[in-house]
Amino acid sequence: MGIEGIGARVARKEDKRFITGNGRYVDDMVVPGMKHAAFVRSPHAHAEIKKIDVSRAKAMPGVIDVLTGKELKADGIGNLICGWMIHSKDGTPMKMGAWSPLAFDRVRYVGDAVVIVVADTKGQARDAAEAVEVTYKEKKAVTEAVAALKKGAPQLHPEADSNLIYDWEIGDAKATDAAIASAAHVTTMKIVNNRLVPNAMEPRAALGHYDKGEDHYTCWTTSQNPHVARLVMSAFYNVAPENKLRVIAPDVGGGFGSKIFIYPEELVCLWASKKTGVPVKWVADRTESFLTDAHGRDHYSEVQMAFDKDNRITGFKVDTVANLGAYMSLFSSSVPTYLYATLLSGQYNIPAIHANVRAVYTNTAPVDAYRGAGRPEATYLVERTMETAARELGVSPAELRRKNFVTQFPHQTPVIMCYDAGDYAASLDAAMKEANYADFPARKAAAAKKGLLRGIGMSCYIEACGIAPSAAVGSLGAGVGLWESAEVRVNAVGTVEVLTGSHSHGQGHETTFAQLVSDRFGVPIDSVSIVHGDTDKVQMGMGTYGSRSGAVGMSAIVKALDKVEAKAKKIAAHLMEADEGDIVIENGALKVAGTDKTVPWFQMALAAYTAHNLPSGMEPGLKEGAFYDPSNFTFPAGCYICEVEIDPDTGVTKIIQFVAADDFGNVINPMIVEGQVHGGIAQGVGQALLEGAHYDASGQLLTASYMDYTMPRADDLPSFKVSTSNTPCPGNPLGIKGCGEAGAIGSPPAVINAITDALGIADLTMPATPQKVWAAAQAVKH
Amino acid sequence: MYSVNYHRASSVADAAKLSKKGDAKFLSGGMTLIPAMKTRLAAPSDLVDLTYIAELKGITVSGKTVTIGGATTHAEVAANAKLKSVCPAICHLAAHIGDPHVRHRGTIGGSIANNDPAADYPAALLALSATIVTNKREISADKYFTGLFETALKEGEIVTGVTFTAPAKAGYSKFPNPASRYAMTGVFVAKGKDGVRVAVTGAGEDGVFRSKPIEAALAKKFDAAALEGVSVPSAGLMSDLHASAEYRANLVVVMAKRAVAAANA
Repeated sequence: MGIEGIGARVARKEDKRFITGNGRYVDDMVVPGMKHAAFVRSPHAHAEIKKIDVSRAKAMPGVIDVLTGKELKADGIGNLICGWMIHSKDGTPMKMGAWSPLAFDRVRYVGDAVVIVVADTKGQARDAAEAVEVTYKEKKAVTEAVAALKKGAPQLHPEADSNLIYDWEIGDAKATDAAIASAAHVTTMKIVNNRLVPNAMEPRAALGHYDKGEDHYTCWTTSQNPHVARLVMSAFYNVAPENKLRVIAPDVGGGFGSKIFIYPEELVCLWASKKTGVPVKWVADRTESFLTDAHGRDHYSEVQMAFDKDNRITGFKVDTVANLGAYMSLFSSSVPTYLYATLLSGQYNIPAIHANVRAVYTNTAPVDAYRGAGRPEATYLVERTMETAARELGVSPAELRRKNFVTQFPHQTPVIMCYDAGDYAASLDAAMKEANYADFPARKAAAAKKGLLRGIGMSCYIEACGIAPSAAVGSLGAGVGLWESAEVRVNAVGTVEVLTGSHSHGQGHETTFAQLVSDRFGVPIDSVSIVHGDTDKVQMGMGTYGSRSGAVGMSAIVKALDKVEAKAKKIAAHLMEADEGDIVIENGALKVAGTDKTVPWFQMALAAYTAHNLPSGMEPGLKEGAFYDPSNFTFPAGCYICEVEIDPDTGVTKIIQFVAADDFGNVINPMIVEGQVHGGIAQGVGQALLEGAHYDASGQLLTASYMDYTMPRADDLPSFKVSTSNTPCPGNPLGIKGCGEAGAIGSPPAVINAITDALGIADLTMPATPQKVWAAAQAVKH
Repeated sequence: MYSVNYHRASSVADAAKLSKKGDAKFLSGGMTLIPAMKTRLAAPSDLVDLTYIAELKGITVSGKTVTIGGATTHAEVAANAKLKSVCPAICHLAAHIGDPHVRHRGTIGGSIANNDPAADYPAALLALSATIVTNKREISADKYFTGLFETALKEGEIVTGVTFTAPAKAGYSKFPNPASRYAMTGVFVAKGKDGVRVAVTGAGEDGVFRSKPIEAALAKKFDAAALEGVSVPSAGLMSDLHASAEYRANLVVVMAKRAVAAANA
């Protein structure tokens, strides 16, 4: 490892511009003649649109135009789609209701976009939006998925009887039922996974610019995957063919999944730009973010876990109802199915698993992938059930887990996944040691003397990252391939540009990707630039989500680096009249091994471009590209331990310590990995203790601002104890597994296991707010 | 935000005059008004800024008599050494309002003129039996706080300051709303020449109120132990997403205990 190579704790290159206010976000973009948009949104959760009168709005000062869904339809703009086909167990395809980018006949959630107003200023656009008169006929709304399935519930889409999108299953029902029937012990639970609002620091934004002379569109947008945005807008929404549409996702201030999807606004801004002849910019305010960013989670599950007389798991049966909101967002269908039920084996040997999942429409914001996407929901079921089972069986939670760990690899689970490598006991041991688990009873007794309730809880999670290979996900219904591309350009002076289809919106790619190059060629990371987020610069890519940029994105870079290295060595060998097999790269120079012959890296690069003296038949230049399609998912895993202290007088839960022992495979930059774990745990603790999206019965979002939606703050969190004990991933050249989501996946059950341990109760629905904890403590006392 | 005319008043008389323009509102920090305007929930035609009026600023302590100018910021109250020597509880309260930005913009006059049911100052002023001084008259705290966002102030009336006699002992303890960090229940206890007064903010359906059961218990003995077994009725308390009336009733007693402990510390 060089000082800036793989494994080095290098400070993030990009942070200088972020923390000095020099980042360039969509809202910073200015195009000559640019105007501003505001959307008229539905104030009702469910209503028919009887009439839209834009005449008064059109006459307002500064207004360029006011456009409706009917005009959008007339121009042939398509409906929004969900790009992952799921079939119900009866073989029928999922029931996708129509989602018009601008609603014209019916609205289905509060925030549904109805009209776009384009005006000289943002203020004028908003003033005019208030002057648009939409006549609604209100209908009854339903916000909870279980209620939406009931007879007589309000119906959202004519395509979906009983609001049921699909009724899907995985695993062996018969074998699982048999395991339960013959079990020595069965643990049964009803578990809610609470709905969350993503809350990226930067709200969503879009700037659409139609160039009439070129008949060409440019879209600046807050996207985690600009190429997918272009593909979908071109292939399905009829905006323009791909060669006539450039999508740029510049600096993006966090996504957590919510910026994977193509939303109505970017599409409508592009269309409105052509319609009005001016570039159109829209930036969401925080209320719009709460109302319309795709939410996360929102599952209700009933589970049964069967054990034999030796406390070995014999079967796991899961019945889940997943709330997908009012419309099917881009990847929504995959989250409660292939990203969820395939992880229900956890870290354990479970011979029989069956999961049934019903996905349901409700009058709420669309629900899609949010940090972890399905895997937190699966982990929460497995780890809450394991904890409860240990208590019911009267055995140590750690030993029950240990007894059931998968220890032989590869391990084929009953739910598709084949785990390639891991050492779950190593993470458990490391976490228990770090948490001083053995001495917990003494700490509990000391707390009790002060009138406080201490509890400890653990979670042994597994997740699947780098969703792949493309052929496999295609067979499961994905509408896209899940490979990644890279291009490495060595300039004539030896500096390097890496073009990647991955997208950085907080992950630090400009640093870690440069570390790869530095490691390989010995050039400083400052002479390596990472180019991403622009479909005109990078040919094609699949973007960043599912912790895939390391395992998949970097692997593509490695492939391109291999090609560059091979050619560089050929050139150097020619220059030094040596055999290319004898060339080594050390400290920024190409050397003939065992001699003092050397060519500096930049001189080799210059030779490639002057082309005065290249090997016979070699093309000038030094630039190589690669596509990388993985052979399997990767399987990060780990053990989290949370220790809490509860004040029974107020119900306040204080996290005394939080230990994370992860296995991420090989690590490029430990500091950035730790940062990812910290952020992930903050979000997981947020879900467990603080966050929850609440709709009232009429479908109004009660938690639509920070006055009511509790985001984690620094003083809600302890100083984390984070470590890794890594087993390299055998499936990719760098041995990387991925670390972006682990914290959010592993932490919620650890927190709730600790709280229920402290209170001596079976369950508590997240978020464990002071009010709920106090009420539970009272109930125990009386 | 809709467009608005901003006026910086140079004196109380100037402010009173400016307030007659259109649908004018006084601005004294704007910690509630400005967010409401940004979300278009409030739309005054004119803003009359009181915070540059010299006569409204500052704290004087004369013996036990305390006077705080209406445009004095929370940060100034929190940090005033003379005030801290006679009534540390109000400095503690001010030091825990909002965040540093709020404490350097928000003012005591702005807070009590708005009378948010979850604001901190109303509890202090009611428990301290303070007098609210306006450009027209003096109003006792008992008569000043009249309901949710309601006060005895008349149209165009400006809070120029508050005055109170420092109590022998006082303490404030609040349980913050997990999301907003406003007081979900805040209790100010004061033991002065008129006996024990206990005021509760953040919990009452009609805003700040005095808790008689707690006052009665503490009048017997000004000690947290005196509140063991004391309960307050949940009737009349707010119930919302974050806290039921029953939970708030519990918090009133718990916060009162902590406030008394702080007062005796």
